[in-house]
Amino acid sequence: MAGQTVNTHEAHNPALLHHFATEEQQRNSASLGMWIFLATEVMFFGGLFCAYLIYRLKYFGEFAAASQQLDWKLGGTNTIVLICSSLTVVLAVWAVQRGKRALLLGSLVLTIILGFCFLGIKGVEYAEKFEKHHVPGASFQFENVPVPGHPGLMANPYHAQIYFSLYFVMTGLHALHMIIGIGFFVWLLYAAWRGRFTPEYNTPLEMGGLYWHFVDIVWIYLFPLLYLIDLRK
Amino acid sequence: MATATVQPVERTNYINAKYGPWSWLTTTDHKRIALLYLLSVTFFFFIGGFFALLIRLELLTPQGDLVQADTYNKLFTMHGMVMVFFFLIPVVPAVLGNFLVPIMIGAKDLAFPRINLLSWYLYIIAGLLITHCMLTGGVDTGWTFYTPFSTAFTNTKIIEAGLAAFVAGFSSIFTGLNFIVTIHRMRAPGMTWSRLPLFIWAHYATSIIQILGTPVVAITIILVAAERLFHLGIFDPKLGGDPLLFQHLFWFYSHPAVYIMILPSMGIISEIIACFSRKRIFGYNFVALSSIAIAVLGFLVWAHHMFVAGISLYAALIFSFLTYFVGVPSAIKVFNWTATLYKGSIRYDAPMLYAFGFLGLFTIGGLTGLFLASLGINVHVTDTYFVVAHFHYIMVGGVLMAYLGGIHFWWPKISGRMYPEGWARLSALVVFIGFNLTFFPQFILGYVGMPRRYYQYPPEFQVLNILSTAGSTVLGIGYLLPMTYLLWSMRYGKPAPDNPWNAAGLEWKISSPPTTFNFEEEPVVTWEAYNYEEIDAPHKEEDPSPGS
Amino acid sequence: MLENLPLWPDQASTAAGNVDALYIFLLLVSGVMTALIFAAIIYFAARYRQRHGVQATQIEGSTPLELTWSVVPFIVFMVIFLWGAVIYFKSRTPPRDSTEVYVVAKQWMWKLEHAEGQREINELHVPLNRDVKLIMTSQDVIHSFYVPAFRMKQDVVPGRYTVAWFRATKPGTYHLFCAEYCGTQHSGMIGSIVVQDQAAYEAWMSGGSTGPLSATGEKIFAELGCSTCHRSDTQGRGPNLIGIFGKPVLLEDGRTVTADENYVRESILDPGAKVVNGFKPVMPTFQGLVSEEQLNALIAYVKSLSGPAATKGTATPVSAPDKAKAATGSRVE
Repeated sequence: MAGQTVNTHEAHNPALLHHFATEEQQRNSASLGMWIFLATEVMFFGGLFCAYLIYRLKYFGEFAAASQQLDWKLGGTNTIVLICSSLTVVLAVWAVQRGKRALLLGSLVLTIILGFCFLGIKGVEYAEKFEKHHVPGASFQFENVPVPGHPGLMANPYHAQIYFSLYFVMTGLHALHMIIGIGFFVWLLYAAWRGRFTPEYNTPLEMGGLYWHFVDIVWIYLFPLLYLIDLRK
Repeated sequence: MATATVQPVERTNYINAKYGPWSWLTTTDHKRIALLYLLSVTFFFFIGGFFALLIRLELLTPQGDLVQADTYNKLFTMHGMVMVFFFLIPVVPAVLGNFLVPIMIGAKDLAFPRINLLSWYLYIIAGLLITHCMLTGGVDTGWTFYTPFSTAFTNTKIIEAGLAAFVAGFSSIFTGLNFIVTIHRMRAPGMTWSRLPLFIWAHYATSIIQILGTPVVAITIILVAAERLFHLGIFDPKLGGDPLLFQHLFWFYSHPAVYIMILPSMGIISEIIACFSRKRIFGYNFVALSSIAIAVLGFLVWAHHMFVAGISLYAALIFSFLTYFVGVPSAIKVFNWTATLYKGSIRYDAPMLYAFGFLGLFTIGGLTGLFLASLGINVHVTDTYFVVAHFHYIMVGGVLMAYLGGIHFWWPKISGRMYPEGWARLSALVVFIGFNLTFFPQFILGYVGMPRRYYQYPPEFQVLNILSTAGSTVLGIGYLLPMTYLLWSMRYGKPAPDNPWNAAGLEWKISSPPTTFNFEEEPVVTWEAYNYEEIDAPHKEEDPSPGS
Repeated sequence: MLENLPLWPDQASTAAGNVDALYIFLLLVSGVMTALIFAAIIYFAARYRQRHGVQATQIEGSTPLELTWSVVPFIVFMVIFLWGAVIYFKSRTPPRDSTEVYVVAKQWMWKLEHAEGQREINELHVPLNRDVKLIMTSQDVIHSFYVPAFRMKQDVVPGRYTVAWFRATKPGTYHLFCAEYCGTQHSGMIGSIVVQDQAAYEAWMSGGSTGPLSATGEKIFAELGCSTCHRSDTQGRGPNLIGIFGKPVLLEDGRTVTADENYVRESILDPGAKVVNGFKPVMPTFQGLVSEEQLNALIAYVKSLSGPAATKGTATPVSAPDKAKAATGSRVE
């Protein structure tokens, strides 16, 4: 991933590291490495999804009740923001392959802005959770919230707390991945501005793109699982 | 072959290419990183071994008189954590694998040399964390961290120890990632998959487990830490959580982790047996694919650690059934190694003695696994010393025997010096005897009912415990010996020729020790793995070896 | 010296012989396999040691041989698996009409309560040749109830009941160990099981009881006000509990669950989780208001409402007594 960017060894092609025979080999290695890293990430989130599914089956009513406390409009907006950012990432890769410098820089800037937009909206949502005492821990409150579809049945606060625990761990880790992604893209922007990427050599950009799409896809799963459990009022 | 016996004064090699600590701490040479790992895992091995010795001393008498109960609990926890996360998991891949994987496939380095260095630094950060944790009180949950004890009851340093395991886990993931990419993308021309040494196949299978299993334990550690900090309730039955979910998530990694430890060792054994029988490994394809089979099946059997934990009857039946499937590829390997000896031309050099020791201990360890996989027996012997004996036979008997065999086998290549053969044979014998004396009585101890993690015990168990403690001192000497004479050999050992064993494999076609980029020019492989027939053929004696 | 070097644990339950038989079989199988492998290794190593001028014979491998040593061990494995599964199945299914003992584990002691009302700590008296069913839970962390002489072990998990059973066959005193690491004094969490013949057991049982556990449960039932809703007619706001234990219960969401110990426990601590069909979710939770011992007493009381026949009739709801059927007809299908 970072391994192919700097180089001091070979004079004829500054991007080719000494231990690779050809540029193609180097590019293929980086790409395979990134895919394997993403497989690791899938398992990382997989453990969480597994915990989520078990408790959702066990405490479906409470999960539905707690889910309704989220604002699906904000979540939906964030989904659109991320999809747009994926588009700008694709544009950036497309631009660099065709040597369109202005489009490349513009797309990268837009991606970063959209990334911050996402985090901002997420921050607004987190703040709301704090105000409503929906943050798990000593101050957690979830009294007298009815379970949708079960008149008269109140959600068990402990079980709702498990929902919010998973909500915070899952979205928190996702947000952490976003922050790392934004950091990476800031560096990519810097490198692109210095003219480091050419139509021949743009592996870091491709890798960054793969990573960014992966983080998007995680959100595509998180959004319905967390926000859209049961919208019947 | 014979051309390499005369050594010039001091050839440039990876060790003397640069000088100074800084050149080591910033190196991206896979061989130097392997040596950094060698030093650090050896350090942690002796830390863990010291704890083990204290545990054995405490168990000399039925009363708890050497240390306090609390201290004892911390001792076995830290012993387990240090040995599992800081020794057994990294030892073979990060030391021998790091050194040999690129050379064996004809590459100049791993695909991502800097990620390789990063993985060592992560290991060191994790090591510092666990050392700090040990010095400031340690953890008393057992290395398994079972909830709700770890999340809601103990007041020891769970989060710090968990963080150490988390960071060490990422070190392991990066090693696995590097190996997979290297094996896929960096093979020399002609090095097809069916020509790969079995050592490489074993490491490939190991890497699959590392990249797919480790992240699951990482997320589990995050949940445990979050639960401790914020009382989330995910694993706490008082808050609606399920403590068994932790066990499922934990063993989903920690069972395959056993194969992270043993698979690379099996790779070493294949290399040694082939070389010292002067034969191609019997059933190469089956041995290679059985590694992959173990890696895949290893993910399907985790709940066999939980037969009495309160899982459903049917879940227990399925997991017991699947466990027997893992037994088959392991059995295939043992049978094939044995069959390789048939009509061989067998030499008893120290590495081969270690390999014989491995076969003995692994066979016993594997067969006692059948006992544990059987539901009826498992109920009685799980969580007793029977389990302790079983996994030590595999993880210590198997892994350490193979590792020591491998270190001796490749020592000429790594250090450029020969080890003292007589001492090495002696230590192989001492380790084998000491090991059996230490752990065999524990099988009996387990079946008569002594639970594990007991710091005091009913007096009728004493004699067997004394036997075990006596054995552990022999074992301790057996482990100290190689360290001493290998260090000695670095200065006083006979300079090693390029191929002291007349062995097959690319690593023996380059100088001992290798130069920084391993190969002067890219090798082209035109021969099958373990081509001992060609190597030993009398008429070819005068020819230069096919690769050089 | 020899009494300090046990090579075999006591055999003191019906399960012990079965487990030992399989164990001996496994010792034989693995002994033979080890002997074969070791003999082959030693023979080959000696027979084919390096001799000057003699070359190794290269053998590529043999698929029939590979199949043989995959399939034959696998068949042996399956025999072991099936045999072990049968033993396990037996050990996990308590016979009907067992004597019931409630076990509450805590750091670091065993609290044992007989259905007849006797309470013990770290010592359990059981009758010879009678099935004893243990209904176990933990107040804090996970423990494990392990009696080597009975070849019996079951983890004791907080927040739920786990069940184990045994039938002692030899009078004597046997170790009770905690086998799941549970904290500082884990190795001190040792008790004993005293197996007594009928006469001695009855003599022991005749003293020390404050009345049967179900009577204690009935008192708690009244004190907590349960009886105002769970009335013995069909007019209550909660289900009538007579005859319900061990029977399938139709839930409001259409599922059916068996009213076993874990269901009754959940219904007390988390009443909203599985509401019985036809009732409103009005019951408050008793989480934190009742101790594990009180819960056990309540469950013993609910059981007693179904009479001794109820524990028998688990799988046959159709043949339930008319009285119980009439009383619960509206929600038991």
